[in-house]
Amino acid sequence: MAVDSGAAGPQRLEGTGGELIQLLTPEGERVEHPDYPLDISTEEIKALFRDLVLVRRIDTEAIALQRQGELGIWASLLGQEAAQVGSGRALGPKDMAFPTYREHGVAWCRGLDPAKLLELFRGVSHGGWDPNEHNFHLYTIVIGSQTLHATGYAMGIQRDGAVGEDGEAVIVYFGDGATSQGDVNESFIWASVFNAPVVFFCQNNQWAISEPLERQSRIPLYQRARGFGFPGLRVDGNDVLACLAVTRKAMQAAREGQGPTLIEAFTYRMGAHTTTDDPTRYRLAAELESWKLKDPLERVRAYLVRTGAADADFFAAVDAEAGELGTRVRKSCLTMPDPQPLTIFENVYSEPNAQVAYERDRFAAYLDSFDSEEVGA
Amino acid sequence: MAELTYRQAIAAALAQEMARDERVVLLGEDVASGGVFKTTTGLRERFGPDRVWNTPISEQAIAGAAMGAAMAGLRPVAEIMFSDFYATCWDQVANEIPKVRYMTGGQLSMPLVLRGANGSGGLGFGSQHGQSVENWAMCVPGIKIASPATPAEAFGLLAAAIRDNDPVIVFEHKALYSRKEQCPDDEHVIPLGRAAVVRPGRDCTLVALSITVGICLAAADELATHGIEAEVIDLRTLVPLDAAAVLASVARTSRLVVVEENPGQLGWGASIAAIAAQEAFYDLTAPVIRISGGNVPLPVAASLEAEVDVSVPRVVAGVRALLGQLRQSTG
Ligand SMILES: Cc1ncc(C[n+]2csc(CCOP(=O)(O)OP(=O)(O)O)c2C)c(N)n1
Ligand SMILES: [Mg+2]
Repeated sequence: MAVDSGAAGPQRLEGTGGELIQLLTPEGERVEHPDYPLDISTEEIKALFRDLVLVRRIDTEAIALQRQGELGIWASLLGQEAAQVGSGRALGPKDMAFPTYREHGVAWCRGLDPAKLLELFRGVSHGGWDPNEHNFHLYTIVIGSQTLHATGYAMGIQRDGAVGEDGEAVIVYFGDGATSQGDVNESFIWASVFNAPVVFFCQNNQWAISEPLERQSRIPLYQRARGFGFPGLRVDGNDVLACLAVTRKAMQAAREGQGPTLIEAFTYRMGAHTTTDDPTRYRLAAELESWKLKDPLERVRAYLVRTGAADADFFAAVDAEAGELGTRVRKSCLTMPDPQPLTIFENVYSEPNAQVAYERDRFAAYLDSFDSEEVGA
Repeated sequence: MAELTYRQAIAAALAQEMARDERVVLLGEDVASGGVFKTTTGLRERFGPDRVWNTPISEQAIAGAAMGAAMAGLRPVAEIMFSDFYATCWDQVANEIPKVRYMTGGQLSMPLVLRGANGSGGLGFGSQHGQSVENWAMCVPGIKIASPATPAEAFGLLAAAIRDNDPVIVFEHKALYSRKEQCPDDEHVIPLGRAAVVRPGRDCTLVALSITVGICLAAADELATHGIEAEVIDLRTLVPLDAAAVLASVARTSRLVVVEENPGQLGWGASIAAIAAQEAFYDLTAPVIRISGGNVPLPVAASLEAEVDVSVPRVVAGVRALLGQLRQSTG
């Protein structure tokens, strides 16, 4: 499955382009790739389109909520929907995913209630979900750390014998900027020498806050894998079908004991880094305009229209569902309860701890003193 | 005199020192576009890419390369965007940088500055982006530590740090970045290791650093309405530590309260308290009190963080309890 196998000639290695795996062109034309035949029904493509629209709607709603002061901050996935939905839908229920802070689309595919994602950004919890329930770890904001967690997790399931045809595998998400971290490079080495069942899914959205890709790498990122001893490939990250196909294949290879793969999903961060960032300070509007022509949703829409697979009713129904989802997300955000004060002292250790208990009791007494004052008044 | 915010004061100090000494270089993530906290605004435009380096995202590389650059004769100022990320470059910060002079028997010096955003201050940055970590650095002999409380201090201490021939970590408090103050126009340097008595008082000594200086001043105002005159000491630097200033104050007031933002367990306040116990025992008329952040990871909810952080009411209550005015009720 190695697209950049050891046989690649020096020309390919020194080039900046490399092969971009694509199954659906920006114009919405279905193309075939010899290594990635994708057997997919029209209904499945329509389901992917629905995912893309709904995930974008969650994002739009969250940005609006932040602007209105209801969220402290939001990291938008605008432009990266296909990379996330394509890879997210390639996972089986037993596979484990380790996200960054931007993987709202993957979270959606893992069945997480989008309102849960808002808890972190509203600042009421560090992440409101149980990682084991959805096989989706908490968001990691410290850049690159999760690649090591994923590698260790993969080594764990490997030891437990989860590898085989119906085995399990791990996927870890990270950005182009993260590839400069020691953690990420060290995880590549470990995954390689332990042949760990992990897929490294790098969303190269061309920017790490204000720093362009050239500040992180002189060669295309997918080519790095070769030096670590495992296959790397570059997929059109705005092509949901290609992202689905390459991730499926890489995950299956990992499950079957063939070790790690690096997938570079070539995409673009169409919005700001987060809502506190202003990208006009450091990048040209023309760049965004050129990427708008490669929009991950529009090409699927074009395909569905051209082939007659979907009619106006279908699109209207998806839009209506998106509207309802937006309303529901907004409502759950606005009605999110503030955390209880005494939760401060929960889960610091697995067992009772004298110091923490002392501080909790004093704090509880302090809180009670207000209650009794009110009663007395 | 010009009115500067704390963040502008950082940029101004960097500009002052970069103009003064062409060996001063600035490196870090996003510094060329002004930095995510806008503390390096205008420097790339003024000093060019040879002096202001946008780096790949690797704190270990930023700190390690800064050390190498210092060995090559530069005076690097390296930004670690959030001081929580000293944990991602701790080998360089704890094992390498502070040992260079010692291990080379004084052959080499290590004139570098690490600086960045530290502390919580009720901003809701959570467990991994909101910590106050001066005490991490204080466990490692060989590093100097500055923690400015005001724009003028940020300016003067950073300038001094850059001129210093030892490694200095400057902890900028992110909740202070927008504070404004008149700053001197001419060359401005505050020597490291000199605390300031920022409010005189006879009844007790409040020892503070960075954000807790403002908290203690506000608490002192309120205490005055209860007839308590608190003296507030702004340490400014933890290493070198101006213990003499603390002891002199305790000799005047006979009571000591140390107020720190980090968790109490092995906070820097423990060092101050221990010094007082040894050196000022017979001056003290009451036990030394420490008021610190809670011994829990920092909650992300601002409402909970506010309870974990030190606050004016907690300082007021602590001091009043110490002086016997009420039973201490908060943690
Ligand atoms: C260890 C660490 N260093 C720095 C940061 C600050 N930071 C947050 S996001 C970011 C850029 C990450 O870029 P990339 O990996 O490309 O991901 P993207 O945000 O583009 O999805 C940086 C430097 C951090 N969170 N963690
Ligand atoms: Mg990026």
